[in-house]
Amino acid sequence: MSQASTSRIGWASVTPALLWTLVFFVVPFVAMAVMSLTQKEGGFSLAAYAQFFQNPSYWRALVNSLEVTLIVTALSVILAYPFAWILAFIVPERWQRLALMLAVLPFWTSYVVRSYSWLLVLAEKGVVNSTLVNLGLLSEPVQIANTRAATVIGFVHFFVMLLTLTIFANLKQLSPNYRKAATDLGASGFQTFIHVILPLTLPGIMVGAFLTFVLAIGDYITPQILGGNNELLMPQLIMMQIGRRGDFASASALSLILMAVVTLAYLACARWLKIERA
Amino acid sequence: MTRVLAILYALLLYGFIFLPVAVLVLFSFQGTLFPIPPFNGPSLRWYAAVLGDARLTSGLANSIVVALVTSAIATLLGFLSAWGFARFHLPASAVLRGLITLPLTVSYLIIGMGLLIFFNWIGIPKSLLAAGIGHVVINLPLCFAIIYSQMGDHQATIERAARDLGASELKVLVLVTAPMMWPALFASFFLSMTFSWDEFVISFLLTRFETTLPVEIWNLLRAGLNPKTNAVGALVFGISIILAIIFELVAFRKRPQ
Repeated sequence: MSQASTSRIGWASVTPALLWTLVFFVVPFVAMAVMSLTQKEGGFSLAAYAQFFQNPSYWRALVNSLEVTLIVTALSVILAYPFAWILAFIVPERWQRLALMLAVLPFWTSYVVRSYSWLLVLAEKGVVNSTLVNLGLLSEPVQIANTRAATVIGFVHFFVMLLTLTIFANLKQLSPNYRKAATDLGASGFQTFIHVILPLTLPGIMVGAFLTFVLAIGDYITPQILGGNNELLMPQLIMMQIGRRGDFASASALSLILMAVVTLAYLACARWLKIERA
Repeated sequence: MTRVLAILYALLLYGFIFLPVAVLVLFSFQGTLFPIPPFNGPSLRWYAAVLGDARLTSGLANSIVVALVTSAIATLLGFLSAWGFARFHLPASAVLRGLITLPLTVSYLIIGMGLLIFFNWIGIPKSLLAAGIGHVVINLPLCFAIIYSQMGDHQATIERAARDLGASELKVLVLVTAPMMWPALFASFFLSMTFSWDEFVISFLLTRFETTLPVEIWNLLRAGLNPKTNAVGALVFGISIILAIIFELVAFRKRPQ
């Protein structure tokens, strides 16, 4: 077979995927960027960006998003690490697969349904409130649904699972010799953890935490269902521009700003993020 | 002592993880109008209501069709491109591979909005087709990455042997490469299915009258807390678990010895 015909087959096989990505991803993305710089009547304008920097409520959405996402990321790591540790080192080897599968099981509902389930739990007359009132621990129900706390709980629920999986994989990759050596040299369990295990698993944690940050800051469903409209996060603000106001320029500009923030976050922790390729 | 604390902690986390889905399923059997305590049941009235709701059942059918078709397209395009990049020396290969995986780094909301604006401009109306195109965009990079990572050199040798024996390029691809790559193809297809099945934002932005199940469920939420939503959720949960079990059985149990 000639060189020319081989490379023709090569091109023929990669072209459909390349075209699809080009036409339905790159071009729409450029269209969105152009849209963000266009006035309603047509013509170039930075108005959509100016609006973001001038309108405090728009700013506020970004600050809210950053606050919520950072709280969620920190809480999820703190809760998931000991859990992953227990699953990796305390649960007997032959039960570990089952234990992990159990931890993932509830996430086989759809994402929308899962957020709704938390609404059931946290509602004014929901399970948590009615149980606490019946037990006499609360005199009247507290408002959790439609607050930031509900958004955080919904997010943490999802990301604890995700981080448990990544941290578990990390812990299992460590050679048991590290722990043995540290113990032989007289380190206590706590010292072993702080000086040996934690530094070794830090890169994995950073990757998981970054993933949490990226997925949480771009999510519309959880804050919309659980947090409600009392306090807007960026994705809610973006959807509002499209839905209620039909303002695509503003929605596009806000989306690009959100993307820029994520990119900055990536650059800020890039040196800890060694995403290894197999 | 540490062990007791550890077990306690693990149980607490399992409780946290299971709490919402347990409440969801329990109150899907609620006999009265609200899915809140006290529990009056069990009753199947809300399941009957779901099955009698044409919007939900058509949403379910649409979701299944969209998931199957878009996953098939994404897996096919992913397979062809992975094979092309793995077997032929193409110029700028690294850049082009990067281009195919690029959508992985962008949130669904942004992909959906870009498509919405683009389709507006070129006059493609909101429809299942539009949403399906979006689903292929999000799943193609995933399929490509999975299949490309599994394209090894030993398979290239077998392909060469087939070619030497006179098989045409198409025959090699269909009769030799695809069967060898079966686990990767299956994993890609299955993963695409689950992402498409669960995808909300793109379908929400790009469909209007005919839509997918997650969007129909979203529409139900406007009615507030409602045992009917619990029943749909519990059904989705059940279907997903069955799919997961099938995946376990096919992907892990039948490893060639």
